[in-house]
Amino acid sequence: MHLLVCGGTGCNASKSQEIAENLKSTLTDKGLGNEVQVILTGCFGFCEKGPIVKIMPDNTFYTEVKPEDVADIIEEHVIKGRKVTRLLYTDPENKQHVADSKHMGFYKKQLRIALRNCGFIDPQNIEEYVGADGYSALAKCLGEMTPEQVINEIKLSGLRGRGGGGFPTGLKWEIASKNHADQKYVVCNADEGDPGAFMDRSILEGDPHSVLEAMTINGYAIGATKGLIYIRAEYPLAINRLLTAIGQAREYGLLGKDILGSGFEFDIELRYGAGAFVCGEETALIHSMEGQRGEPTFKPPFPAQSGYNKKPTNVNNVETYANIPIIINKGANWFNKIGTEKSKGTKVFALAGQINNVGLIEVPMGITLREIIYEIGGGIKGGREFKAAQTGGPSGGCLTSAHLDTPIDYDNLIAAGSMMGSGGMVVMDETSCMVAIAKFYLEFTVEESCGKCTPCRVGNKRLHEILEKITKGNGTMEDLDNLRNLSRVIKDTALCGLGQTSPNPVISTIENFYDEYVEHIKDKKCRAGVCKSLMQYVIDPVQCVGCTACARNCPVNAIQGEKKMTHVINTELCIKCGACIEKCKFNAISIC
Amino acid sequence: MTKIKSLADLKAMKQSIQEKIDTRAKGNAEGLVQVKVAMATCGIAAGAKQVMDYMMAETDKRGMNVVFTQTGCMGYCHAEPTIEVTLSGKEPIVFGFVDLKKADEIIDKYIKDGELVDGIIPVNYETINK
Amino acid sequence: MEMINITIDNKPVQAEKGQTILKAARKAGIEIPTLCYYELDGIKLENRPGGCRVCIVEVEGRKNLAPACATEVMEGMVIHTHSLRVVNSRRTVVELILSDHPADCLVCPKSGKCELQTLAQRLGIREIPYQGAQSTYRKDMSPAIIRDIDKCIMCRRCETVCNEWQTVGALSAVNRGFEAVVAPAFEQDLEKSPCTYCGQCLMACPVGALSEVDQTRQVITAISDPKKTVVVQTAPAVRVALGEEFGMEPGTIVTGKLAAALRKIGFDYIFDTDFAADLTIMEEGTELLNRISRFTQGDKTVKLPILTSCCPGWVNFFEVNYPDMLDVPSTAKSPQQMFGAVAKNYWANQLGIKREDMVVVSIMPCVAKKFECQRDEFKVDGNPDVDFALTTRELAELIRQFNIDFEALPLEDFDKPLGESTGAGVIFGATGGVIEAATRTAYELFTGKKLEKVDFNELRGLEGVRSATVDFNGTPINIGIAHGLSNARQLLDDVRAGKTNFHAIEVMACPGGCIGGAGQPFHHGDFDIIRKRHAAIYREDAGKPIRKSHENPYIQALYKDWLGEPCGEISHHLLHTHYFDKSKHIEIEG
Repeated sequence: MHLLVCGGTGCNASKSQEIAENLKSTLTDKGLGNEVQVILTGCFGFCEKGPIVKIMPDNTFYTEVKPEDVADIIEEHVIKGRKVTRLLYTDPENKQHVADSKHMGFYKKQLRIALRNCGFIDPQNIEEYVGADGYSALAKCLGEMTPEQVINEIKLSGLRGRGGGGFPTGLKWEIASKNHADQKYVVCNADEGDPGAFMDRSILEGDPHSVLEAMTINGYAIGATKGLIYIRAEYPLAINRLLTAIGQAREYGLLGKDILGSGFEFDIELRYGAGAFVCGEETALIHSMEGQRGEPTFKPPFPAQSGYNKKPTNVNNVETYANIPIIINKGANWFNKIGTEKSKGTKVFALAGQINNVGLIEVPMGITLREIIYEIGGGIKGGREFKAAQTGGPSGGCLTSAHLDTPIDYDNLIAAGSMMGSGGMVVMDETSCMVAIAKFYLEFTVEESCGKCTPCRVGNKRLHEILEKITKGNGTMEDLDNLRNLSRVIKDTALCGLGQTSPNPVISTIENFYDEYVEHIKDKKCRAGVCKSLMQYVIDPVQCVGCTACARNCPVNAIQGEKKMTHVINTELCIKCGACIEKCKFNAISIC
Repeated sequence: MTKIKSLADLKAMKQSIQEKIDTRAKGNAEGLVQVKVAMATCGIAAGAKQVMDYMMAETDKRGMNVVFTQTGCMGYCHAEPTIEVTLSGKEPIVFGFVDLKKADEIIDKYIKDGELVDGIIPVNYETINK
Repeated sequence: MEMINITIDNKPVQAEKGQTILKAARKAGIEIPTLCYYELDGIKLENRPGGCRVCIVEVEGRKNLAPACATEVMEGMVIHTHSLRVVNSRRTVVELILSDHPADCLVCPKSGKCELQTLAQRLGIREIPYQGAQSTYRKDMSPAIIRDIDKCIMCRRCETVCNEWQTVGALSAVNRGFEAVVAPAFEQDLEKSPCTYCGQCLMACPVGALSEVDQTRQVITAISDPKKTVVVQTAPAVRVALGEEFGMEPGTIVTGKLAAALRKIGFDYIFDTDFAADLTIMEEGTELLNRISRFTQGDKTVKLPILTSCCPGWVNFFEVNYPDMLDVPSTAKSPQQMFGAVAKNYWANQLGIKREDMVVVSIMPCVAKKFECQRDEFKVDGNPDVDFALTTRELAELIRQFNIDFEALPLEDFDKPLGESTGAGVIFGATGGVIEAATRTAYELFTGKKLEKVDFNELRGLEGVRSATVDFNGTPINIGIAHGLSNARQLLDDVRAGKTNFHAIEVMACPGGCIGGAGQPFHHGDFDIIRKRHAAIYREDAGKPIRKSHENPYIQALYKDWLGEPCGEISHHLLHTHYFDKSKHIEIEG
């Protein structure tokens, strides 16, 4: 028998270490030390109900265990084989105790559809993919369905584009299928560029065949025989695995002429991008593939009318494609029962920031932020307070504690002033400065703007400059008005999605954290202690013993004071390097 | 390797692969052990490749019957490198933060004797049954 | 034409299906300001990247404002071109452009003609609320064109003209975001790019980012030097456009006032490039006939078709792009350079002065002429045949500087002998004119018969590529004409592939020929101006008493007194040139 004790940061803070030691010593006392083992594990993710102790092999899941519960667990469960009912998890819906963790709703918080094979199969081995039901969706399409039926199935599934915009995938396919041409193209957008988002890379590295299969289905549905994957060159491993997968698919006859004896022909090639964020925008992506400057053009014409080489082209994102084979295999009516009314299925998020379990998660649409943070992400680091979650990357905005219980889907996120984006989710606590966050994202958009349209080329630069001014303590209330007007105009006038969404981080932080902006401007204060220019180093005269250590180590001689007398920092000279704090043995120096 | 020319071919191939996997999963007289190493970019960057090489060499040295495969991202970015060990007839167990020392411990205790070691990563998601 | 109903600014409007909001509004008399948008309808050139966002309008039911230049009208569309939302956004957009634009309007070459300046005035912008960093680049000085791209507003007009109309490919957008700018590849200097100095880029540039090298100061200095005899020549196309600079209707012919103005400024001899154009016909026409007769006698080495070589942009183009065909164009110098050679060799001799004491100034509708006169092969011991080539615009500036009331000027004549010309010389200014002038002369020389009908309407027009067959008394002569280097490239590729049976091809780089040259008054995309200049050229020709070059008595005298015969010994040395392979002169540093 094994007793698994959660050793995650959250549970650790609530004495899981002590529980583990108690368990061990009690077991030794009872002479069970050799038969029953106590194991510390990584975070279960369910920190709201921690500390957690799981008993194997019967999968009993005890929550909110206290050190004093150890005796009961060993007496009752280990020795007598009776579950300690009061420690069992209570299902919030039916108020029943759940004895076996396999039946806990908590395990249903994450549902892996797009990531179904990631971490299970060997991505370099087509046979493992076939063994996991791979290419059976393609076989079903080619053998049993007409292109119209395939499109209808995707439409019925309610699948929306996972690249950020959320355009209905089936509708996109239908438009492309209705534009007739001698040649059409299917393009997979693997130009993942949101800072911190890497779900597409993970899918391509972990399950490349699912994307190839889906693209082939897409080709069959719209009448295209050529597929292109636009992938950034800084994804060498993903490129490698894709090339291997394409080679295998060709060898097995799953790409090429007469696929599965159906007469349908389809092949896929890679196109490499240089990593420009704007090339994730589909018209810019197409120009880049054509060897043109990677900049967007206005729509219409849409790629479905005139795309790659002026031919009808359907562009979908990697994660969107990864969903396709399952929808075909299990049916649209299975898929459209997952998620919310207008957002079906699951979404993969790259969970990052001040959260215990940084990771790649896949959750059904409609899950709340609270569930993601506290039941999957293991809560905020150090048990601190949640402040905001940034979704949608540089195009998104911040969700606050007011949104903790809002079901997450495309439309709710937009209503909350953010967006789904490609699935970056950065969790922030009180150590994050919201003005600095807005500045960070603007810095990114300024860097990544193609420079074609005025609002994005010059406007974002100006937004960034004003934010810089505010974080330096030189902002005025007029700057705040300018930020708002400029943001509104850029949103309203920019040419492509990048420009139209780039002010979102500014708008949403002003909206939700107006006080912080005002503090920076009026009080010259950054409550998170992030904006260096607004911080001051001060020596507490009570704590200071006049040891001179700080003065001797100050690189700019900003600290004065006689030996054994209180020292003082000249704030005009101070460069805020922090050397003095490090050297002070009496905790006399603080930042305020 | 043969070309898959029809749906029947595909089904036959799937069946034979699944049989292979099933036999593996059930385990056999030799007590075959399977180890999957998460080898996406992040895992490799965290040292997954060295861990895999090391474990292959070590289990070989000790004459253990272990099959290693690489796989994609398991999603536990906070605990890379991660590996999943399946002893014959048992549920797969995922270990996180596997450095060479931890690898040694896993080989010596879990793979050899079925004795669990610290550092298990609890699986916290559901996968659709295909 | 399918018409649909839309509403613009509460006014019901009928628009053509597929039309843009901008065009529908303009047709309905509603002006929407634009900046990057640029159209030359006569040559089907359109630049509408939708980048500047000045023409944004509100379309009911749409989330964002839409660029009028790029949004097609749809049945029932309701559009507001000056709603509060539009006005504020448009103003902010222009303020943003201005915040990254040098405010040195006082000394900017485009001052007064700058579309950004006009726009800022129109929107009433007095201050720029969004101050910040400005992008800076080095100033690129080529022999003819100056790139001061601190002023570039990324409208991309130059890029479109250079790549689509000229297929030169010297300019494209480089860098990203705030640093994005239009420049030659690798941000190389223009001089090391495939640039032909046609100057259509600076013609299109709405601001002062591209301008011609200004030489008015040097010309004034030369005139004020008592030791120098300053001779001026003026190209055919100047006389049909200069008036525009003084508020006259486009297409007004101002030949007499032009001569009077030049005299008032103080040039010593007021001559005419048209005279040299007649001379060019004598040389080039003879060369054509020589090649045809050698060809008909079975000489397999003879190169046909002959290509005209008057246009310096075109010469630069084939030296870079067709180095394998350098023996195909006529070896005759351009009229500007023929004039220079005659002035500094013949006229200086007549006056009894040294060539160093003579300064030849040309007034040209062209920017590439500035480069042409600096070519080494047109210099004797470092002294150029033509010292300075001013544009029509620079001449207008001189006239203003000298406080000359242009409209009130009397009509005066050019000086003799190098100021006398025929109608054939005049039509050099329009596309098809050189070949028509050559045809008038070649016909009579070839057939020995008098040409009754001198107007060859089949050679005229503004189509990009034209061809016609002229009957030389039983011998069909096939003629090709192209204006715009994209069209020239099309013809030349066919010639290179041996797919044509032309005897002669005329090429002009600029839209409509020299009348649409980059040295002319700015037309700001109004192609009607070019059409009016075009008509004026042929009016001027029709009004001339003599309309065939070989009938010019002063040309006849020049041959009799000095040159001997066309393509003879002296001509060969002074009036003909040769071409260089410049395909490799394009340098890529680093």
